[in-house]
Amino acid sequence: MDNTENKKSKLVVSHSPHVISLSLSTRIMMTDVMIALLPVISMAYYVFGWLAIKQILISAGTCLVSEFIFVGMRKKSLTLTDFSALITGVILGLSLPAPAPWYIAVVASVTAIGLGKVIFGGLGMNIFNPAMVGRAFVMIAFASVMAASGYIDKSMSIDVMTMATPLNAFKQSGILTSCSDLIFGSINGSPGEVSGIACILGGVYLCLRKTVSWQIPAGVIFSVLILGYLAQISGIQTGWTVLHQIFSGSLLFGAFFIATDPVTSPLTPKGKFIFGAGVGILIIIIRLFSGYPEGVMFAVLLMNSLTPLINRWVKHRTMGEL
Amino acid sequence: MAELPTPTERFLQGILPENPVYRQLLGLCPTLAVTNNMKSAVTMAAAVAFVLFCANIIISLIRDLLKPHLRIVIFTLTIATFVTIVDKFLAAYVYSMSKELGPYIPLIIVNCIIICRCEVCASKQNVVAAASDAVGQSLGFALALFSIAGVREILGTGAFFELQILPSSWPNWIIMVLPPGAFFTLGLLLGLVNWLSNRSGKKAT
Repeated sequence: MDNTENKKSKLVVSHSPHVISLSLSTRIMMTDVMIALLPVISMAYYVFGWLAIKQILISAGTCLVSEFIFVGMRKKSLTLTDFSALITGVILGLSLPAPAPWYIAVVASVTAIGLGKVIFGGLGMNIFNPAMVGRAFVMIAFASVMAASGYIDKSMSIDVMTMATPLNAFKQSGILTSCSDLIFGSINGSPGEVSGIACILGGVYLCLRKTVSWQIPAGVIFSVLILGYLAQISGIQTGWTVLHQIFSGSLLFGAFFIATDPVTSPLTPKGKFIFGAGVGILIIIIRLFSGYPEGVMFAVLLMNSLTPLINRWVKHRTMGEL
Repeated sequence: MAELPTPTERFLQGILPENPVYRQLLGLCPTLAVTNNMKSAVTMAAAVAFVLFCANIIISLIRDLLKPHLRIVIFTLTIATFVTIVDKFLAAYVYSMSKELGPYIPLIIVNCIIICRCEVCASKQNVVAAASDAVGQSLGFALALFSIAGVREILGTGAFFELQILPSSWPNWIIMVLPPGAFFTLGLLLGLVNWLSNRSGKKAT
């Protein structure tokens, strides 16, 4: 919504929705997300040091440059100041392995903004979460760097980077990681996902500020709780409890920061809960039955494609409709 | 009835103004499926060129005998004959390529480019026009296949015609030789062609 214009003149003729609340402008929403990401970024710095910051800076910078170039090519008004490209870049940077070479972040960012967002018509028009489009692209393009082994760098002085990621250690060799490590963050993984507590802190802030809808993370966690418990008692994965499912991998980061993208998730509260639950179900299915150790990215992308259907399914009935 | 294009016009139109892939969006199945390296793209382009050329000539020769309600059947049977010849030829002389292309050679039978040219040109015009039309369209198709395959092979493997042209430190973009890469490349090149033709169109007016 173009709030600044609405404020300038008292008489404006425009079509609905007539939103004039300043708390809903893209820029303020994105600033909120930025604040919420601070604990996550701090933990990423604490665990991975400058490697994580480097990843975030490259992605954010490339995203802003790509936004500038691609939006300019489409001759649309520039949208750099609404921070949406910046957030895409930061989330993307947080989701890439810390030791990954620089071109991974660059290619992922250009793909995220170009193919994920601007080609569909820019912010608000994209079907898929841009950051995840970029990550999926490099995940398939540079499989050797982005796979679970890409997270391990034995030459580094950072301890956690010499270990396998918890989900992969368990999937390949059945090694359990303690829940406290998963919650605090002294594990290997993507910089954004390591600390469960930081994701919850930021996520709860976002939900309280109503920047994101609580229904989506609630849906994800709800379905993971149920399916994770079923997996636990059925004994498919010995020792991997439902708490491990919740706190391992990028589940919390994905639930609070990635799946909640307002553009690519359904509109109604009910639809949002269904969307979140679907993401959770797909994550568990991918974790248990596929070759990949983690499935948040694919789960979010798959549910993105179902968003229009969910919207139609949970549509409010018009008064007097037959 | 409007004047039909001359043989020269037919030939020129096929290459760019009515490029089968970038302008008419026909024959997309082989365009997407066999363009992950230059070698198979060249084979496919040659096979389509042979079939299109022969089918156009035969159809043009028998155009007065065609019954309107049976013409598509005749087109398909003629095309199928030449596709079978190509298929057996490849299997006999370049077996590995025949293996690699698999079902996409027999699928030339249902390639819309050829049926389209039989319908639009060969069944209405004389042999010379039909033959030059076939050559033009084949060149256009080859151009499209080569451009897509070139981009995909260079980005995906750092090589062109299996000859390493990028430094060995080049990180191979594996996605480009996989099916998604075909869609990305086709879409982006299609956009590029549209952008270029829009620009030159604006300059002309």
